[in-house]
Amino acid sequence: MKVKLHIWRQNGPNDKGKMVDYNLDNVSSDMSFLEMLDILNEDLILKGEEPVVFEHDCREGICGSCGLVINGKPHGPESGTTTCQLHMRKFKDGDDIFVEPFRSKAFSIVKDLMVDRSAYDRIQQSGGFISANVGSAPDANAIPIAKNIADLAMDAAACIGCGACAAACPNGSAMLFVAAKSSQLNLLPQGQPEKNKRVRAMINQMEKEGFGGCSNYYECEAACPKNISVRFIAKMNRDYFVAVVKEGTKV
Amino acid sequence: MKLDGKVPSGPIEKRWSKYIADLKPVNPANKRKFKVIVIGTGLAGGAAAATLAELGYNVHAFTYHDSPRRAHSIAAQGGINAAKNYQNDADSVWRLFYDTVKGGDFRSRESNVYRLAEVSANIIDQSVSQGVPFAREYGGYLANRSFGGALVSRTFYARGQTGQQLLLGVYSALNRQISLGKVTMHNRKEMLDVVIVDGRAVGVVVRDLLTGKMESHYGDAVVLATGGYANTYFLSTNAQHCNVTATYRAYKKGAFFANPCFTQIHPTCIPVSGEHQSKLTLMSESLRNDGRIWVPKATNDKRNPNDIPESERDYYLERMYPSYGNLAPRDISSRAAKRVCDEGRGVNATGNAVYLDFSDAIQRLGQQVIADRYGNLFEMYERITGVDPYNNPMMIYPALHYTMGGLWVDYNLMSNIEGLFVLGEANFSDHGANRLGASALMQGLSDGYFVLPNTINSYFGKGKPQTISTDHPEFKKSEVEANERINKLIAINGKETPTHFHRRLGKIMWDHVGMARNEQGLKLAIEKIRELREEFWQNLKIVGTASNINPVIEKANRVADFMEFAELLAYDALERDESCGAHFREEHQTEEGEAKRNDADFSFVSAWEYKGIGERPDMHKEELNFEFIHLAERSYK
Repeated sequence: MKVKLHIWRQNGPNDKGKMVDYNLDNVSSDMSFLEMLDILNEDLILKGEEPVVFEHDCREGICGSCGLVINGKPHGPESGTTTCQLHMRKFKDGDDIFVEPFRSKAFSIVKDLMVDRSAYDRIQQSGGFISANVGSAPDANAIPIAKNIADLAMDAAACIGCGACAAACPNGSAMLFVAAKSSQLNLLPQGQPEKNKRVRAMINQMEKEGFGGCSNYYECEAACPKNISVRFIAKMNRDYFVAVVKEGTKV
Repeated sequence: MKLDGKVPSGPIEKRWSKYIADLKPVNPANKRKFKVIVIGTGLAGGAAAATLAELGYNVHAFTYHDSPRRAHSIAAQGGINAAKNYQNDADSVWRLFYDTVKGGDFRSRESNVYRLAEVSANIIDQSVSQGVPFAREYGGYLANRSFGGALVSRTFYARGQTGQQLLLGVYSALNRQISLGKVTMHNRKEMLDVVIVDGRAVGVVVRDLLTGKMESHYGDAVVLATGGYANTYFLSTNAQHCNVTATYRAYKKGAFFANPCFTQIHPTCIPVSGEHQSKLTLMSESLRNDGRIWVPKATNDKRNPNDIPESERDYYLERMYPSYGNLAPRDISSRAAKRVCDEGRGVNATGNAVYLDFSDAIQRLGQQVIADRYGNLFEMYERITGVDPYNNPMMIYPALHYTMGGLWVDYNLMSNIEGLFVLGEANFSDHGANRLGASALMQGLSDGYFVLPNTINSYFGKGKPQTISTDHPEFKKSEVEANERINKLIAINGKETPTHFHRRLGKIMWDHVGMARNEQGLKLAIEKIRELREEFWQNLKIVGTASNINPVIEKANRVADFMEFAELLAYDALERDESCGAHFREEHQTEEGEAKRNDADFSFVSAWEYKGIGERPDMHKEELNFEFIHLAERSYK
């Protein structure tokens, strides 16, 4: 099949950037979207042009590296699917395909389709952990955890940190990402001692990074390749209000 | 040179505890004066970095990813083994030890494996305390499942994402130490050389992938946890960026590379669909519980599988191995698939695939039961192939998955170079010639959380090594060499891309150093690798500059190392003139086509010493002594 690509090219954070058109003639419907871009890049190299820079690694939908806005949607048209798991059979011969980076105030563009998502790391560093040194752990079965609670924590823990939620949100909010991690830990008995501190610190850091707040668009949930539910945002808000009442807003 | 594994003596169940009791710990007040460099932040490296920081060491951790959370440990699906005996099915440290040594076809070091089994239970405790959401029963206690190579149920899991959850646990522990200022994290930095002064590892040279700048970093010890080398074969289940550069360059600096020919091939992967293929995706082995594997009896049969009548199908595993049938072990079923495809009976456009058919199971149990058991796998299969596996047989083919070989280490996990430690898949020590399922996660975390934080004392307990300035000529030399190599790659200015050469290298390796190997093929492979390497250095094309982010340079630099390393792998396969575990030499098989081990001549670890590009490396042997487990033939009957 043939496709007409319109790809965002930007040679660094300070470059203005623009959409560039490319025609690809020999696309197989069995290719993944990234394999289609591989073909484009091989052609560009042979022509002596710089290939399109994009992040990718595992190509199994779990590492969270890849993330492109395809035809206006983070990770493209398939729901619950990362960019690397999207295949060309979902497109038609002759289609125009628009490819852009994840855009959000807190994600600056590194080059072309690659963005800086280190803000997510810093949010995790602010409190996305349980302080348990190696050596101090009790037997793993010492604290039974109800199956439904463990399952719910696992639903939240499925987050791959790709950034699609913030890229999809009209407010540029990272609430789904923050809620997923804080809820996973706050649901579990092991996470209780640091529950209040955790949620306040993570929300505080999220705001510092320049992410917006949540006003219930639910675009994050629609874009999330792991189908993480916005109910976790409600849970985080509840945890946050309780924490603020108990401990104030100052971290 | 005699390789000393520095294995403690005495009863095997006392060795590790006695070793710890005899350690000379570093004064807590002095620990922060010791700077440890950790390369790679997957399960092994991330766990080591976090734990060393908890102990008070000054840790600098490096990854080529944008974040430690992207390491390929994240892709492990099935689970992690631990000798907890929560199921009351007579599991024990001894049984896990025995299963692992036997599963590795008696080519691993007993004491290391025993220690691994011993600390396995602590890994589960530690992970749960970090909030890793393992699967649980209704009573709230941890659930287990069974896995290949064991008769007990000792595998802990978090849905099909166990690696992800364990890595995120490691990542959270690492984040905590970063926030406390105990770990300095260096993202998007790729290690290109280990610096050695007076026989001691004193630091590394890394390349900043955003700016192309070389940086030197001093360390009182250097820890490599940089994973395996399955991507030598181009197509594997590994992530795109996995590479051999860190361990290979340490090898070029004098570290011994052990057992490189032990490479594991997983039988149930989604097959190659065309030339464009960039990677292969694993489908859980559990599918073989209900699926039946077959190919058409006739060669070149292009009919739709549903139109091929029962009488014209060959359920070859059931035919060749009537007792095990579709559940024949990994290596056996991988080789059988290759055999029928080589006969021209493979399916798919490429001819390199076999059917895994669920129609009998669906008829017998109903679609709902099959959906409950394998729903998520069926969904993944359909997403990738576009074929609905409820109504059409799946197509599968074996693929490179894991590498048991790695840098040689002693009981301390230290290589033959003072101060250079190697953890996880990057070392060779625990899996012998074949790794059992759910044991990779166990080994990475055991090395990182529990082993290295103790054994590093064996080095630091002697006192703080003399600090070497990064202005030292050896640092400068490494920086210059790393830069020159990149400039040399750019200067070739040929006509083919790095990926083009990588794909061709992979084909040589798969054809001649893959599932079945023989002397003639291996000698041919060595010749072909040399020719291709020659061509690579004459006809490689790179675009862009080295002073900006440039994935073409990154790739070329890694492929250049694969081109040299592949030859070492083939040498080892040639030299190991026996079949054992995943290493199958066609010259050595039983009448039924099973691997025939030769304990009299090959019960050793081959540790290779670099002698120059294109030169034959020297082999050193570490004899394996089995004091506690009786050597026996692996039987599947």
